[in-house]
Amino acid sequence: MFGGVLAALCMLVPGTPRAQVTISISCSALGIEARLCREGAEAWAQQSGNEVRLVSTPNSGTERLALYQQLLAARSPDIDVFQVDVVWPGILANHLLDLSGRIDVAGHFEEVVRNNTVDGRLVAIPWFVNAGLLYYRRDLLEAAGRDVPETWQALTETARAVMQAERERGNAQMWGHVFQGRAYEGLTVNGIEWLASHAAGRIVEPDGKVSVDNPRAAQALALARSWIEAITPLGVLNYAEEESRGVFQSGNAVFMRNWPYAWPLLNAEDSPVRGKVGVAVLPRGDVPGGVHAAGLGGEQLAVSRYTKHPDEAVDLVRYLTSPAEQKRRAIAGGFTPSIVALYEDEELLAPNPFFRDLVPTLRSAVARPSGVTGARYNRVSAEFAAAVHKALAGQAEPAEALADLARSLQRIGRAGRW
Amino acid sequence: MSAAAQAAPVAAPRARNAISGMQRRRRRTAWLFLSPMLLVLALVAGWPLLRTVYFAFTDATLFDIAFHELVGAQNFAFLASDPDWWAAVRNTLIFATASVAIETLLGLVIALTLNARLRGRGPLRAAMLIPWAIPTVVSAQMWGWMLHDQYGVINAVLLSLGVIATPWAWVADPSLALWSVVAVDVWKTTPFMALLILAALQLVPRDVYEAARIDGLGPVGIFVRITLPLIRPALMVAVLFRALDALRVFDLMYVLTGNSPSTASMSVYARQQLVDFQDVGMGSAAATFLALVVAASAALIIVAGRVRFDTAGR
Repeated sequence: MFGGVLAALCMLVPGTPRAQVTISISCSALGIEARLCREGAEAWAQQSGNEVRLVSTPNSGTERLALYQQLLAARSPDIDVFQVDVVWPGILANHLLDLSGRIDVAGHFEEVVRNNTVDGRLVAIPWFVNAGLLYYRRDLLEAAGRDVPETWQALTETARAVMQAERERGNAQMWGHVFQGRAYEGLTVNGIEWLASHAAGRIVEPDGKVSVDNPRAAQALALARSWIEAITPLGVLNYAEEESRGVFQSGNAVFMRNWPYAWPLLNAEDSPVRGKVGVAVLPRGDVPGGVHAAGLGGEQLAVSRYTKHPDEAVDLVRYLTSPAEQKRRAIAGGFTPSIVALYEDEELLAPNPFFRDLVPTLRSAVARPSGVTGARYNRVSAEFAAAVHKALAGQAEPAEALADLARSLQRIGRAGRW
Repeated sequence: MSAAAQAAPVAAPRARNAISGMQRRRRRTAWLFLSPMLLVLALVAGWPLLRTVYFAFTDATLFDIAFHELVGAQNFAFLASDPDWWAAVRNTLIFATASVAIETLLGLVIALTLNARLRGRGPLRAAMLIPWAIPTVVSAQMWGWMLHDQYGVINAVLLSLGVIATPWAWVADPSLALWSVVAVDVWKTTPFMALLILAALQLVPRDVYEAARIDGLGPVGIFVRITLPLIRPALMVAVLFRALDALRVFDLMYVLTGNSPSTASMSVYARQQLVDFQDVGMGSAAATFLALVVAASAALIIVAGRVRFDTAGR
């Protein structure tokens, strides 16, 4: 109503700089994410003299993707700017505007920009990033006189030793390491971290070749398999993020692989491990060429190809992904920026001290093969997660599970043509 | 009905024309009254089913459902070659057989108990229905927490009783997961079976039991030779209902273990193809196959169990 009056006034005033348009943006409808998105978009609207409309979308990622796909397949101009997950650019690329040359992405983490570039077209701009982290119990490691593990092998040994010591001291529920082992997208990320850190490729390489069936990948999986029931509860085979955090936060695990979101929760008032937790980059594989590898997550902003106002929509994306706005979101909501230089900003580090240690992790982030596999990515991910799950559960030998997986991926990817 | 049937042959020669004329009219009226329901059924059940069968022979995707080509039986060939699909078929059949068998036995025991003249039978019957009244998604989530290996109450109780030495991973251990799902389903659906069997038991005339007792038949004899034959028609209908329901199971598995291949049912597989992979063709092929399995099982139970719907209530 007020907006309408304002619009009418603008038309009456002679010499209004440009016609006012309304840009629709879909971002997460969840709590603080929704608030920060609205504030940012409205600030842009005020500054540019346009209007924004926020479109609520389903909370669940798969349902949001399905909604986007239906809207875009119908070439609907209803939503101009989309918030997209890190694995969606490949799926949605054909319906998104090429932003290369229109928005400068020089200061962003390179892996994310690479992930968002499909067939040479930059289809999405990084908004915030996420990467797998190793959480550890600083107090327990100090008491045992052990360092934060540099390799997965060292993690295995440290976890076993500290776990044994704690169990002897009476905590029978103590475990060494927890992660996400349920057969879902989260296991795909955990699995690709194990593979990439052992220099065993990324399931499907950027050129479309299926690389997953190799001895180093089998070695990585065999190591993870050796954790089950030794340093990791069997129940991990049904854990997603929250279940593993439940075990770690109640003080029953030495190490945990999880996303940055767990940090404020682990240090909340009522957390039993408050102030006893440290964060490190995930270990590297104990093989020649082994590297630190963290699974890449995060959200991007993209512009629909069917928008009626491409210039304004691109401008909104430019504004929301700018250093100033990312800094505001990091301070107000703890969202990890996608711009490298911001990690040296003291104002931003004050409320988020652990951000300082994230840069090496984020630099070592590995993207899932969503760009090359495009619309078939979900199928690839489900097959990979199922194969890793079978290997972890001891239903198949790692090498055998990977050989089967490679065969089905060849079939799904039509022998590498995707 | 039986009285009319006996009277009919006598009356037939004289009044055949009149009756058949009236019958015709009545039949016409019956069809007239039925037609709105048939139309609605055709629209909400027939048409979607035909659409699904049609899509099973195409390469349609959710991404652009309007553009698709007929690909013959390619989807079914892929289905037949997919070990995950056969694992889903196996899981579904094991789940349906085990859960229906246990639910029938437990339901029978509970119904027989409640059929005895107990004090407080009314409240007991109401209390029994609680699990059945809770939405499946809610009870599955609830059981998911109770069965959690590290902080679940089931492990805590069993550990403190000394039944198990270390916590069991009920829904994560591939050899336990399917049986945990069966257990949750038994908890939830036994009341349904018990209630149907109880209704049948209450229709058995008391004097038959009295006569049996006077003839010196023991309790086991009474159950096997009188109760069971008399409630069998209703029991078979209940089994049929439950079996068809169990074959379509989706929510329990999906909430408890997600898409985990060790418990995935045919419906979970079909949903994954359709929603996660956006593959309408494959999803429809799986759904069509599921419908065929359900139809075949129904036919098998009807023939093997000699179910007759017209006499089920007697």
